[in-house]
Amino acid sequence: MLELVDLSHTYGSYRAIDRVNLKVAQGEVVCIVGPSGCGKSTLLRSIAGLIKPTGGTVLLDGKPVDGSPENLAVVFQDYSRSLYPWMSALANVGLPLRRRGLDKKRRDAAALAALEQVGLAGAAAKFPWEMSGGMQQRVSIARALAYQPKLLLMDEPFGSVDAQTREELEDLTLRVCAHHGMTILLITHDVDESVYVGDRVVVLSKAPGTVVGDLPVQLPGPRDQIHTRELDAFVRLRAEVGRLVRGMTPQRNPHGYGLETR
Amino acid sequence: MRRATSGVLRFWIVPVTLVVWELLTRATESPYFPPPSRIATQFYDMWLSGPASQLLLTDGALDTFGPSLGRLLAGWVIAGVLGVALGVALGRIRGLAEYADPVLQFLRALPPPLLVPIFFVLFKIGTPTQLAVIVFGVIWPVLVNTTDGVRSVDKGFLETARVFQFSRYDILRRVILPSAMPKIFAGLRLSLSLALILMVVSELVGSNSGIGYSLLYAQQSYDYAGVWAHIVLLGVLGLLFNALFLVAEGRVLSWHANARRNV
Ligand SMILES: Nc1ncnc2c1ncn2[C@@H]1O[C@H](COP(=O)(O)OP(=O)(O)OP(=O)(O)O)[C@@H](O)[C@H]1O
Ligand SMILES: [Mg+2]
Repeated sequence: MLELVDLSHTYGSYRAIDRVNLKVAQGEVVCIVGPSGCGKSTLLRSIAGLIKPTGGTVLLDGKPVDGSPENLAVVFQDYSRSLYPWMSALANVGLPLRRRGLDKKRRDAAALAALEQVGLAGAAAKFPWEMSGGMQQRVSIARALAYQPKLLLMDEPFGSVDAQTREELEDLTLRVCAHHGMTILLITHDVDESVYVGDRVVVLSKAPGTVVGDLPVQLPGPRDQIHTRELDAFVRLRAEVGRLVRGMTPQRNPHGYGLETR
Repeated sequence: MRRATSGVLRFWIVPVTLVVWELLTRATESPYFPPPSRIATQFYDMWLSGPASQLLLTDGALDTFGPSLGRLLAGWVIAGVLGVALGVALGRIRGLAEYADPVLQFLRALPPPLLVPIFFVLFKIGTPTQLAVIVFGVIWPVLVNTTDGVRSVDKGFLETARVFQFSRYDILRRVILPSAMPKIFAGLRLSLSLALILMVVSELVGSNSGIGYSLLYAQQSYDYAGVWAHIVLLGVLGLLFNALFLVAEGRVLSWHANARRNV
C-alpha cells in the first residue's frame, strides 16, 4: 500500500536521508530503527506530507502523495506540541472526527471508547497539562486510534514513558491494529522494541539515513512481553538488528535474508 | 512572601498618602488643590447620594456615566472585533502584511485626538464621532497583537491539523484563534485602558454629554473640587475595568495560566 522510491531529503546542504526504498504491504507492522539523527523523523514527515522531499517519491496505493494523504494518522514524537492545551483529552481525541461527518454525540462516544482502550476513560475531562507525559502520549495514541486511519505513522511513540507503560502500549498497539487491520509504520531507536512490535524491521544507517537492513520477524504469536523476549529467535534477531544499527557488517546471517549492506 | 509584604504595603500606603495629601492641601489652601476630604464630599454629593434602587447613584451620575460608558464599551467592542478580524487576515494571508504595513504604520502614528476635526466632517458632532475616535485609537494594540499571535502558532499544532485534515474553519476556530488568545487578550486589555482615555478626550472636544463634558463644565465653573472628583472617578473606573477584565481573562485563559505553571 505504501511505497517509497529513492526517497531523499536535504535540509539546505545537509543530507538527512538518502535514496530510501521501501515497500509496505496492507496490514503490515513495519518498524524502522536507526541511530539518533539518522533522519527517521524526516522520513516520516515526508510520508505524512509535512515536508516536500527533495528527491524521490512516496506512493500510497500506487498514487504519488501530494500534501497530507487522507486516512493517515500520526503519533508525533513530541506530544506536547501535538495535543491542544486548550481542550480536554476528550475534545482532543474527538476533534479530527469532525471531518468524518459525525455529530457531537457520536464523536464523543468514539473518543471515549478510544480513551478507554488506552486506559484513560477516567481522564477524559482532563486537560493535557493536567496529565503526565505518558498519559499525554496515550491521549495522542487514542486520537490516532479513534480516527481509524488506514495507515498509522508513529514517531518514537513510547519514548517518554516508563518501562511498564511502554510494554502496555506496545501490546495495545499490536492488539488494536490487528483488530482494525491498520498498516503501521513505527519509528523507534529501541532495537528490542522494533523486534517485539514489528512484522518487519527496517534498519537505517547513520546520517544520511538509507536502508541497510530489512528483516522479517518470524515469531510465534500472540506475542507476550515475557515469553516472546525469551525466545531464541527473538534474541538472535535482536542481536542482528543491533549490529546493523551500530553499522557493523553482519557476522552471520542465520536466516539467509538478503541484506543490503554498505 | 513577596505577595504578603506587597499586600501590607498596599494597605498602609493608601491611608498614609491620603493623610499627607490632606495635611498639605489644608496647609497651602490653594484653590486648585482642594483637600481630599472635600473632593470626597463633592464626589458623594454629585454621584453617590442617590436612592438604593439606583445602587446609590444619583440621576446626575446616570446621565453622565451612561453615555460615556456606552460609547467606551461600544468603541472597544467594535475595535476588538475589527482588530481581531484584520489581525487574523494580516497574520494568515501571505503577502498581505507587506502591502498593508506602510499604510498601517502611517495610520498608527497619527494621534487620534487630532483626527477629531476630520471625524466631525465625516460623522457630524455626537456619538458617531466619539466612537470613531475611540475605535481608531484603540484598535492598534488588538491588531498588532492578533497578527503576532496568529503568526506564532506552534508549528506542531498546525502539523497536527494538517495531518488530520481539519477544515480551514476548524483550523482557524479551534487551533489558530485559541492559540493566539493569550496575545489577543493582552491587546484587548491595553485597548480597554486606552479607550477610557480616548473616551474622555473625545468628550472634551466635541460633545454635550458624558464624563469628559462634565469635567470641562466643572473646570469652566471654577469648581476645582469637582474637577478633582472627575479625575478620581476616572481612576476608579480604570481600576474597575481592569479588575473585571482580569476576571474574564482568568476564565477564558485558565488553560494558558495552568499550562505555563506546569511546564
Ligand atoms: N528543519 C530542519 N532543518 C535543518 N536540519 C534539520 C531539520 N530537521 C532535521 N534536521 C537534521 O536532519 C537530521 C535528521 O533529523 P531527524 O529529526 O529526521 O532525525 P531522527 O532520526 O528523527 O532523530 P531522533 O532519533 O533524535 O528523533 C538531523 O541531523 C537534524 O539535525
Ligand atoms: Mg525523530
